[in-house]
Amino acid sequence: MTILVLAEHDNSSLKSATSHAVTAAQKLGDDITVLVVGYDAASVAHAAAQFAGVRRIVHVDAPHLQKPTAENVAAELLAVIRAGKYTHVLAPSTAFGKNVLPRVAAVLDVAQISDITAIEAPDTFIRPIYAGNAFATIQSKDAIKVITVRTTAFESAGGEGAASIETTPAQAEIATAKVVGEELTTSERPELTSARIVISGGRGLGSGDNFKLLEALADKLNAAIGASRAAVDAGYVPNDYQVGQTGKIVAPDLYIAIGISGAIQHLAGMKDSKVIVAINKDPEAPIFQIADYGLVGDLFDVIPQLTAKLSSP
Amino acid sequence: MKLLVPIKRVVDFNVKVRVKPDGSGIDIANVKMSMNPFDEIAVEEAVRLKEKNIATEIVVVSCGTANCQETLRTALAIGADRAILIDTNADLQPLAVAKLLKAIVAKEQPQLVILGKQAIDDDANQTGQMLAALLDWPQATFASKLDVANGVATVKREVDGGLETLEIKLPAIVTTDLRLNEPRYATLPNIMKAKKKPLETLTPEALGVDVTPHLVTLKVVEPPKRRGGGKVADVAELVAKLRNEAKVIP
Ligand SMILES: Cc1cc2nc3c(=O)[nH]c(=O)nc-3n(C[C@H](O)[C@H](O)[C@H](O)COP(=O)(O)OP(=O)(O)OC[C@H]3O[C@@H](n4cnc5c(N)ncnc54)[C@H](O)[C@@H]3O)c2cc1C
Ligand SMILES: Nc1ncnc2c1ncn2[C@@H]1O[C@H](COP(=O)(O)O)[C@@H](O)[C@H]1O
Repeated sequence: MTILVLAEHDNSSLKSATSHAVTAAQKLGDDITVLVVGYDAASVAHAAAQFAGVRRIVHVDAPHLQKPTAENVAAELLAVIRAGKYTHVLAPSTAFGKNVLPRVAAVLDVAQISDITAIEAPDTFIRPIYAGNAFATIQSKDAIKVITVRTTAFESAGGEGAASIETTPAQAEIATAKVVGEELTTSERPELTSARIVISGGRGLGSGDNFKLLEALADKLNAAIGASRAAVDAGYVPNDYQVGQTGKIVAPDLYIAIGISGAIQHLAGMKDSKVIVAINKDPEAPIFQIADYGLVGDLFDVIPQLTAKLSSP
Repeated sequence: MKLLVPIKRVVDFNVKVRVKPDGSGIDIANVKMSMNPFDEIAVEEAVRLKEKNIATEIVVVSCGTANCQETLRTALAIGADRAILIDTNADLQPLAVAKLLKAIVAKEQPQLVILGKQAIDDDANQTGQMLAALLDWPQATFASKLDVANGVATVKREVDGGLETLEIKLPAIVTTDLRLNEPRYATLPNIMKAKKKPLETLTPEALGVDVTPHLVTLKVVEPPKRRGGGKVADVAELVAKLRNEAKVIP
């Protein structure tokens, strides 16, 4: 097996999602290449070279790849794939990976396999369907398997390797799409998909202002903050907080769902968490069916109590 | 400007699906079917572009069995002008759908194709990106705001870190995210009018598209059941359990 992994990064550091995709690659074989597409991203190439099992880093660096579009990243991937002999092409199943890999698969005239959670054989994978209410075992008949990896299903890869770094010239820029702006959510908190503790709020919070209650609690626990779709739609928090089937998938050690009813679309994004706490004033809320510790109560009473209790152990 | 909106008929989002006892797939007999929610958002966005006189015609297309006609009629009732059914009993995977849509694009010559970001049955999130690649068109996926002027679409996209704004030259592909709009309900008069709107039927063979699946589903199983349902009486008990039993907080 010869495996190509697309790195996700911000030109200075590698996103943790990449290390989970590398673990999936390690399960397929030990001939792993990581592709770094960016601008002034040498530190990323060096970081990627540390993974065990990674033999080679291909580093493409050019100004137009600073905030690259799907069109340009796909072009770089295709060039590397055509120059080598890869059996598998992997990326994390993030907004970035999902944007790029289907383009690559279509040009190669192969299927793309989304969001795998397990590898049964080099051509056989398990993936969730119907918001995780079923898991399908899928066999690919294609010569090249193009795959996105559910990061919560594979551990983070360790660092023992010392891969060679090859720099190659970039493909011609495709200028039909251009990134013209960004509104990134800034936060001092741990990143949602890799945090050990996640505290999520739903419609029950009633306003964006009330999320301050969750922030005080999150400060105590060094937790990330997430939300249900209803809370995002209502404008309480930014879109990148959404946990669920069509948002982010998280699986922390501890997930605390506050004022969230537990629709299947929400559960799809958090039910693999190790320990689930639900706080809801409705004893019939479906979230309690999957919670290890359910507390029936008004969040406006419970959360301040909980925050206070955690400061004085 | 002509718009093309591909819509998929899927199990309604409120249905809790069941896996068939023989593990061959999902039991969809007698289950409520609806338009994929992201496609409803796509149709709504197309209708708004027409109301703003940016679009002149909206063509909706669905690939699947004859039952998809019902879903197409719903789109016509929301405000689409014309519908195309690509009639097939084949197991359609995103690559095959993208190829069928490419053939429709060649025939209809739309300036913009608006798809859902994800079908809520296969959860693939691929078809729009694949279509863009096959056509060699630019794409803006996961759109939460769309403006079209002077041959350029300006799209706010929902990405993992927040929002990104992209400018793409038409013709182009856009896929919808949840915040793009809130779809309207079809009114009764519009449902009646939709019955008279044109609906054309084609087949993959007539379009010369090979839809043979590249992926074989070997089996489908239910996820492991989570043992939940535990309750605590108060905050003190919760904290004690998290510390001493679950050991997830210091
Ligand atoms: C295509 C599609 C995709 C979707 N994707 C997602 C997704 O990715 N993620 C997601 O989360 N949802 C998603 N949804 C939406 C999902 O179906 C639900 O509508 C949503 O999860 C509900 O959010 P909620 O639990 O916050 O709100 P509600 O269902 O309104 O629940 C609010 C809860 O708060 C409780 N509450 C109210 N006040 C208090 C109080 N003072 N104290 C304690 N409890 C209180 C109530 O008892 C209730 O249980 C999707 C839906 C569709 C159609
Ligand atoms: N059978 C189909 N017929 C028409 N459109 C489809 C079909 N399958 C997928 N699509 C479109 O592609 C989008 C993404 O689907 P998917 O890639 O399967 O998650 C959907 O929201 C639809 O807009």
